Amino acid sequence: MSIYDKQGRYETPEAQTLEELQAQQEALAHLEGNNDPSQPYVVNMGPQHPSTHGVFRARLTMNGEKVVACENVCGYLHRGIEKLCEDKTWSQVIPYTDRLDYLSPILNEWGYCMAVEELLGVEVPERGEYVRVILGELQRICHHLVYLASMALDFNGYTAWMYMFREREKIFDILEAYSGSRMNNNALRIGGAPTPLPEGLEAKIIKWLDEFPEAMRDFENVVNGNEIFIARAKDVGIIDAEMCKNYGIYGANLRAAGVKLDLRKDKPYSVYDRFDFEVPVGKQGDSLDRYLVRHEEMAESAKIIRQALEQMPKEGPTMGKVPKMIKVPAGSAYAQIEGGMGWLGYYVVSDGGMKPYRVRIHAPSMMSVFALPDLVAESDMFMQDFVAALASVDIVLGEVDR
Amino acid sequence: MEIDKVRFDEESMPTAEGWSPSTRVSPVSDYLRNTDKTEAELNRSVILTTVDKVLNQGRGRSFWPLTCGLACCAIEMMASGGARFDLARFGYEVFRPSPRHADLLIIAGTITKKMAPLLKRIYEEMPEPKYVIAMGNCAVSGGPFAGSYSVVNGGDTFLPVDVYLPGCPPRPEALFDACLKLKDRVVDQSVVERER
Repeated sequence: MSIYDKQGRYETPEAQTLEELQAQQEALAHLEGNNDPSQPYVVNMGPQHPSTHGVFRARLTMNGEKVVACENVCGYLHRGIEKLCEDKTWSQVIPYTDRLDYLSPILNEWGYCMAVEELLGVEVPERGEYVRVILGELQRICHHLVYLASMALDFNGYTAWMYMFREREKIFDILEAYSGSRMNNNALRIGGAPTPLPEGLEAKIIKWLDEFPEAMRDFENVVNGNEIFIARAKDVGIIDAEMCKNYGIYGANLRAAGVKLDLRKDKPYSVYDRFDFEVPVGKQGDSLDRYLVRHEEMAESAKIIRQALEQMPKEGPTMGKVPKMIKVPAGSAYAQIEGGMGWLGYYVVSDGGMKPYRVRIHAPSMMSVFALPDLVAESDMFMQDFVAALASVDIVLGEVDR
Repeated sequence: MEIDKVRFDEESMPTAEGWSPSTRVSPVSDYLRNTDKTEAELNRSVILTTVDKVLNQGRGRSFWPLTCGLACCAIEMMASGGARFDLARFGYEVFRPSPRHADLLIIAGTITKKMAPLLKRIYEEMPEPKYVIAMGNCAVSGGPFAGSYSVVNGGDTFLPVDVYLPGCPPRPEALFDACLKLKDRVVDQSVVERER
């Protein structure tokens, strides 16, 4: 007999007499395999909590300092984006995709545009693809910087957070020069990119690329070699390859578990087959590996941007032949890209009209959230380890709840 | 009172037992009342005010915002505390995770129907005096998600919003402006009265 039900809730009838209470405590100590007569209790972590990265709520059953069970409570940011998309024209959906994973808006747009282009049968011109790659990889670095910064902040690394947000502002300058807004850029269009890179922006990007390795060294000095950081992150929250497979976790979390699988390399979309870059992998898939993999990925993204700037054609259109009023032929299409957190998929269905019939979003970080209860059940976790695991699986609630 | 007639002299110094505040006026205040020079000095260096106004000056210049990020705007809220923008220049950088330590609720993001009761509870947990900034279009009016089946159309449907800050998301400079507008409101009571 277990004292927990399936959700990890503690269920024991209230003791009426002292003898009953003692008997319960003895039974509990027996179940726990020790003589500790402490009782499990429930802690609500979130939805307003600094280290839940948004409005995620974890209902933790604790025994002393140990986390015994975890129950996810999602939906505090459920905005009904998929339903709202059905009432918008094909182009009007793009700003809504921005607000899913608000740390990497351009990657979200890219996935959606690819799905619609497949349905339309539009080919994106080469120059447009390169603009997309440059903006997308800048956005990926942006995303990873926020991830690293907020993870460092959860480990009380305030200095690291300062350094990383400063670097992020420099990327924002570039994205702002292209799209006119810092976040939620609405930078891409169905059929390509609206304009080539404006005059002088290329030089600005190269200048930033030259400075970036110095910044990377700063991050390494502040975080990577930090003893406290390593002690808290190493061997904590291990999500191995088997577990990733069971839950459908892809992306950097899977690569941290030692599986070399990157959509940009293994099933290249856009023009990714023309770039020379490495796919960093971790060893065992603990919090430290997940951190380091993303740290390495930033350097690889910078490499891709440099190559894309060199290869990009100087002439030619950036937009494919798309009518002003987009009417998509009936049918369905699925497109997936390597998003900031994993494989980001868009399944769009058209009934031949001006508006999508259905837009289904496959959100990568949702899978990571669903793996948390199992992760807690399998490993012997302290409260602070749970914070470390939650910070390192990289969740954005806008995408999880949609 | 006949203040001028009282003079300081050794003989009339009261004993510890017989002293009472009404029996005499100290020589210092006597001096102050009779000199033009000191009067000018007093006008320059002493401000007569009420306790309320002094407290308001302090409150308006050191809000302690709550770290209550709901969606995208929370990232811009974080960025405004970062190195480039530096909210600390204005004295508003003390972000508190607990509502019991905070006096400014920045609603940064979309308020869903599931989150609204919790947000209301968070607001009620904050000690008085407390202020609310609705940051971003979602918190102002529902923004791009207005009309969704799960979204509340603006924070002012259930909270007393002091400053509305539009933008999707607003830039950090805009958040500064909102905080300074709130400061004007808190410090200068007449501003509040004029608005009402």
